[in-house]
This record gives sequence, structure tokens and C-alpha cells, in this order.
Amino acid sequence: MIWQLDIVILVLVVICAIAAISVKDLLGSAVLLGAYSFLMCLLWTGMGAVDVAFTEAAVGAGISTAFFIAAIYQTTRRTRD
Amino acid sequence: MIKRNEDIIIQTVTRLLTPFVQLFALYVIAHGHYSPGGGFQGGCILAASFILMAVANDVAFVKRRLPERLTTALISAGVLIYAGIGLACLMLGANFLDYGILHRVLPVDAVKARALATLGVEIGVGITVMAVMVSIFLNLLSAGRHEEGAVE
Amino acid sequence: MKLFAFLAVVLTGAALIYSTFDMPDWGDTTSPANAHVSPRYIEQTLNETATPNAVTSVLADYRGFDTLGETTVIFTAAIVCIMLLRTRTDD
Repeated sequence: MIWQLDIVILVLVVICAIAAISVKDLLGSAVLLGAYSFLMCLLWTGMGAVDVAFTEAAVGAGISTAFFIAAIYQTTRRTRD
Repeated sequence: MIKRNEDIIIQTVTRLLTPFVQLFALYVIAHGHYSPGGGFQGGCILAASFILMAVANDVAFVKRRLPERLTTALISAGVLIYAGIGLACLMLGANFLDYGILHRVLPVDAVKARALATLGVEIGVGITVMAVMVSIFLNLLSAGRHEEGAVE
Repeated sequence: MKLFAFLAVVLTGAALIYSTFDMPDWGDTTSPANAHVSPRYIEQTLNETATPNAVTSVLADYRGFDTLGETTVIFTAAIVCIMLLRTRTDD
């Protein structure tokens, strides 16, 4: 692990997580969650857990984002709260 | 509103890209012994290629290539392959999922039999994951109404 | 009420961060998780299963029952999704 890279990725992870729950647009929220998953995937890769990183990239960043977007098609894009 | 996508650029790129995505997915499943990967990840990538088709065209386009009857059968078939390999070990007199005993029916020794059974298990997991992800996505995208494909 | 929720989150987060100080370091070879069964898997996986990737051999061979349960969970998720979402209008 390179600690400078780790700090940058961890800060971006926190920013993505806070942005995903505070953004009013649900589609943007889903995309931010995908970005969060991809940054977590980079963290796992840095730790040497390549299998976990691969699963995170395929499931977290790929499939679940597609599921969220498919679910958002059935509702409105704006949140009420 | 999900209607048929008529963008020629997206459709052409999708048609060119899909075989490579599927080939990579099969490589990930088959090469799980030597590199990162395995049934779960490969199944997800295989499902992603069908999801790409559904997004670039429409639900009916995927359903012509992967009928709902086949998807539901594949969901069960993967689990059946996995449990079937375990039961085959039980039939041959070892514990459930104790693959070493399979060297009696396979033309290899006990160590290689375990590697081959692992590959069979990964294929089962991959089939299940692929069918599950495609099925859930199509149901979510069309709110359960596959035939109409378009919903408000 | 919002302040109360914020305080609850902060306190829970502080307790979780405090509890991580007791955890072993990353990559610590003497931690309990790395001391007992992991070295055996890493050393014997090639001799016993002819699979160079230890993760695959642990997931599908040594801990095959876990993966069978995981596959059954996904299977159940798909069946429940079909039962909840699918509406038949054609026949």
C-alpha cells in the first residue's frame, strides 16, 4: 500500500458517500454510489485482495448501479426529503 | 418511459462490443484457478453484456435471445449442477462436496479431480448468477411487464 | 430530533473507531486469523487441489458448503423478485 494514494482514495470515498446521501437527484446518487464502489475496489487492490476488488468492480460498480437505474425508471428522479 | 432506442451509434458499438464482453466473462470463469475471478464475477460480467443489450435496444431484444423460460430454467440449473457435484461425491462414498473421490469416475488422479470439480462448481455458480442478474434487471426495468416493455 | 439522530450517529461512529484500535495490524502474520488455518491453506493448496489461486480453492473446495449456501441465497433472491414483480398480462 502507498499511503499517499490511500489517503487520497479514502478522502474521495468519504466525499462520495456524503454526496450520495445529500444529492437531491436519485440518478446522480446512483452514479455516486457506483463511483464509491469503484474507489473501494481501488482500495482492495492496494491491499492485495484482488479477488474482492474484482467482485466489488463487477457487482458494486457494474450490476448494482444498473439495478438502481432500472429502479429509478419506475419512480421520480427527485427525492422529497 | 422506456422505448426502443434507435441511436445507430449506440446500437453498432453495442453489437461490436458484446461478443468481446461475453468472451472475457467466459475467460474469467474458466481461468479462475490461475488468476483472480471465478463463477460469481464471470457470471456478473456475462449478465452485464445482456444488460448492455437491453439498455441499447429494449427488453424484447434480450428476450428474443434469452427467453424467460430459459432464464428461469438456468437459475435452477446452476444450483442443480453445484448440488449435483456434491451429491455425486456422496454417491461414491465420500462426504458431501468432498471432490477427491471423483477420481473414480474421471480419468485423472484425486488431486486433479478436485481442480476439475472446482471448475464444474464455478460453472454452476456462473450460470446461476448470470440468469439471476438478467432476470432481476428485466423485471425491474419493465416493472414485471416484459411484453409491453414500455412503462410510464 | 435531527440533533438526536446526529448525536446517535456520532457516538456510534466513535465507538466503532475506538474498537478498531484493538484489531490486529493490516498484514500481521501473528494475528489469530493468520496463525492457525490460513498458512496450511496457502502451503497445501497446490499439493491438495492443483489450484494455484488459493482464494478459488478456499471458496469452492475447502469452504464449498459456504459457496453452495451463497448460491442458494442468490437463487432465492431471484425467485422472490420474480414472484413479487412479474405480472402476467398476456395469458
